[in-house]
Amino acid sequence: MKKLMMALTVAASFAVAGPVLAAEKLKVGFIYIGPPGDFGWTYQHDQGRKELEKELGDKVETTFLENVPEGADAERSIERLARAGNKLIFTTSFGYMDATIKVAQKFPDVKFEHATGYKTAENVSVYNSRFYEGRYVQGVIAAKMSKTGVAGYIGSFPIPEVVQGINSFILGAQTVNPNFKIKVIWANSWFDPAKEADAAKALIDQGVDIITQHTDSTAAMQVAAERKIKAFGQASDMIKFGPETQMTSIVDNWGPYYIERAKAVLDGTWKSHNVFEGMKEGLVVMAPYTNMPDDVKKLAEETQAKITSGELKPFTGPIKKQDGSEWLKAGETADDKTILSMNFYVAGVDDKLPK
Amino acid sequence: MMRIEIVKRPQHSALFSALSPFIALFLTLIAGAILFSILGKNPISALDSYFVEPLTEVWSIHELLVKAAPLILIAVGLSVCFLSNNWNIGAEGQFIAGGIAGSILPVVFPDFQGWYVLPIMLLLGMAGGMAYATIPAYLKVRFNTNEILTSLMLVYVAQLFLDWLVRGPWRNPQGYNFPETVQFSDSAVLPAIWPDSGRAHWGFALAIIAAVLVWFMLSRTLNGFEIKVLGRSSRAGRFAGFSAGRLTFFAFLVSGALAGLAGIAEVSGAVGQLRTSISPGYGFTAIIVAFLGRLNPLGIIAAGLVLALSYLGGEAAQISLGISEKSARIFQGIILFFVLASDSLIYYRIRIVSRLSDTALKGA
Amino acid sequence: MTMFEAILLTVATAATPLLIAALGELVVERSGVLNLGVEGMMVMGAVTGFAVAQYTGSAWLGMFAAILAGAAFSLLFGFLTLTLITNQVATGLALTLLGLGASAMIGESFVGLPGIRMNSFYIQGLTDIPYVGRFLFGQDPIFYISILLTIGVAWFLFRTRAGLTLRAVGDNHTSAHALGVPVVRIRYLAVIFGGACAGLAGAQLSLVYVPQWVENMTSGRGWIALALVVFASWRPWRILAGAYLFGAVTIGQLHAQALGIGVPSQFMSSLPYLATIVVLVLISRNKRLTLMNTPTSLGKPFVPDR
Repeated sequence: MKKLMMALTVAASFAVAGPVLAAEKLKVGFIYIGPPGDFGWTYQHDQGRKELEKELGDKVETTFLENVPEGADAERSIERLARAGNKLIFTTSFGYMDATIKVAQKFPDVKFEHATGYKTAENVSVYNSRFYEGRYVQGVIAAKMSKTGVAGYIGSFPIPEVVQGINSFILGAQTVNPNFKIKVIWANSWFDPAKEADAAKALIDQGVDIITQHTDSTAAMQVAAERKIKAFGQASDMIKFGPETQMTSIVDNWGPYYIERAKAVLDGTWKSHNVFEGMKEGLVVMAPYTNMPDDVKKLAEETQAKITSGELKPFTGPIKKQDGSEWLKAGETADDKTILSMNFYVAGVDDKLPK
Repeated sequence: MMRIEIVKRPQHSALFSALSPFIALFLTLIAGAILFSILGKNPISALDSYFVEPLTEVWSIHELLVKAAPLILIAVGLSVCFLSNNWNIGAEGQFIAGGIAGSILPVVFPDFQGWYVLPIMLLLGMAGGMAYATIPAYLKVRFNTNEILTSLMLVYVAQLFLDWLVRGPWRNPQGYNFPETVQFSDSAVLPAIWPDSGRAHWGFALAIIAAVLVWFMLSRTLNGFEIKVLGRSSRAGRFAGFSAGRLTFFAFLVSGALAGLAGIAEVSGAVGQLRTSISPGYGFTAIIVAFLGRLNPLGIIAAGLVLALSYLGGEAAQISLGISEKSARIFQGIILFFVLASDSLIYYRIRIVSRLSDTALKGA
Repeated sequence: MTMFEAILLTVATAATPLLIAALGELVVERSGVLNLGVEGMMVMGAVTGFAVAQYTGSAWLGMFAAILAGAAFSLLFGFLTLTLITNQVATGLALTLLGLGASAMIGESFVGLPGIRMNSFYIQGLTDIPYVGRFLFGQDPIFYISILLTIGVAWFLFRTRAGLTLRAVGDNHTSAHALGVPVVRIRYLAVIFGGACAGLAGAQLSLVYVPQWVENMTSGRGWIALALVVFASWRPWRILAGAYLFGAVTIGQLHAQALGIGVPSQFMSSLPYLATIVVLVLISRNKRLTLMNTPTSLGKPFVPDR
């Protein structure tokens, strides 16, 4: 019992001693859902972490915990980072949301940043990326390049982030070819290379001639390369896996955001916010446009420029939902809440969303 | 040339029964020191953060109990199965089934509140796990279908069903269509034991109670005797008039109930809502725990704590020394190997003999 | 290439690693040993195959290295369970844990590198045979190895004296020992064979199926292989049938999704598992047949009394 008390006091003194240390070197912690070696989602967050270290040098010190399951383990892992003296903690998966909020209540002097969620607090910010902007550009390219007028889309799970991408892709494509169609296969996994390869093969066998994916491995790209059709990469630049196949890739570029937020903590200007940033802020970067004729490349670059400048918003009416009902009137743009919670298809998607 | 020869002891060695954990610890420390030195880390501080650091802080001890509770609950149930020669590999599925069944009340009827909510949830959780475990038991008894396979396949089915449920009908309507249910109301959350110092919940207490009850059943009742006799030899069991079929059902029901209880305790106590994945493989890890605990419920308590410690230690080492999660997992494998190997000393004597005299190995 | 042909090829690629790993485990279990570490040995094979192919530039060398790696890794299991008589179930699970961790560490520097693909054979002329031409004469080497392996294992187990001895060891190690059969040595050899097969199956994943290395790329295929052995009630040809059935249902559900039939994808994804259970129940209803094939000593420790 005495030992317990002692340990308690030690723990308490740690909590108090924290902020003083922060003045010297900012400790920044990261929680990853997968291994940095997935060459997808976690890999890109880890690239962001490395950029942060490079940019701020010895002003920061970073640590990460990888393969942290969502659920009971997340809370412990986040708390461990907080207790280890990290003053800024990035939790990089949607499923960490409630755990982040819970730990944040216990450590009011630690700043938390949760990716892709929606709950904020005094010391919890939310950051999210408009990946769908990149999908729109891909849709435009796909419709230009496809001979069959059908693209294949490998989805991970039917969550809003993925549904946004599918809708944005088809809306982009329809600006070129109003009858463009996409076929969707859900892999029910973020990461199962062999299954993703099978899904790509099934789509190709059913007559699609463009493959795009919202799963993390490079398997689909390799299958497309083998079958000599074109494809888009996901999360990172996958050109090495399809030098004659990849037309572009949406690259999650977290570095600038991580640097900005760490600087804010160092300056003492950090405030909780809820941001949803895209091409304009540099969070969504397109890998070089390759393996396409110059006119398509030009069109893609123009589309990207318009989205970056804010002149073009992918979810702008008139847009009909899949069931034919009207979603947005001409000129009307979707608000962020609808985008963030999107769970319906727009017209032209050849799939039914699980209800 | 030398080789190792194993000789069965006439009786279990009481000495090595007590010593084997220490031998394993000693060997693990040496192997760990070598491993961490190769990785360029200071072996002493690495071992310190593995085995000592998680135990020096109160909150961390709480976390240890949170992590160990499901492992112990499931492993205790599995010990009944394994002792009676029923190879239930699908506790993970029964864990999920329990989590789902127990969540019916807080998810579908969130307005239903009161002291009686939790007991009903726990009972439903047990019932869910039992019902799911009945499938392989029934198929085994009725059709002689191998239970290793059916119980394992049912794990994947349960995972996908949970996934569908949480993304579909049970999704939180206010949750931006993200795959999770509503947060459970306070009366549906398994409370913390000592809420002031950490979040260890009553699930751990349930695990201890279950372990003691099953230990009593196995060592002091006719039922337990029956399990052991039939487990050792089904022929001897039949002579004694025991029914293997009935026992199969019994074993699966017990382990299903405990896995289901673990499931709802985890969902309600540690997570507070149903999600698409509620277990980082507890049902499989518990198999290791059951054997580490020598299929003895009291031993399983210790084994569950040790395994939980190796998770927490791995995490501490990642943070304090930057040892990667990969080496943490390798080290965990090494610990298991040493513990298993040291346990052999209880039943066998190991001799190093010269090969010259040996002819038995020649010819085939 | 017609759609039928294309699907047949896809199914073959999906079935091959399951078939190879399951054949290896079949021999192990026929000798009376239950090695649940298939997933771990497979993933070790996958990373070794990839790494050696990268360094040498040869997919073939990668494949041989994977076989060796699987075999070497299985020796660890053999030493613990056969020499030190540890519990086979727990040791196998620990082996999987170790394999997943070790492969992740070895493979860290290979992430994000395109792999070297093992080229397929094309026997000119024969590949044009309608429906089955490509399937029979235009596939990767490991596919042909898997078929030869099936024939070889079936022949070995049921047509040779050594196979008979191995089955005798699995059925009753005590009497086999009494007859002077070197039980432990035979089991060692079986375990090593199983490890080599698992390694080869892993190489198929990282050199043929998806030529790349990522952590945990086996994604549970080792477990499916284990299930197939029981599913096939320990008969090689039924493993072949089971692997292709499993592959066909897996690929079939993806095609059904692409057609947009509107059934929740989770139900489609669970079809292969449900189908396995149903078929297994149908097979095992014939009690005599399954009992005849089950190695009676499976998983039981053996200590020669001297």
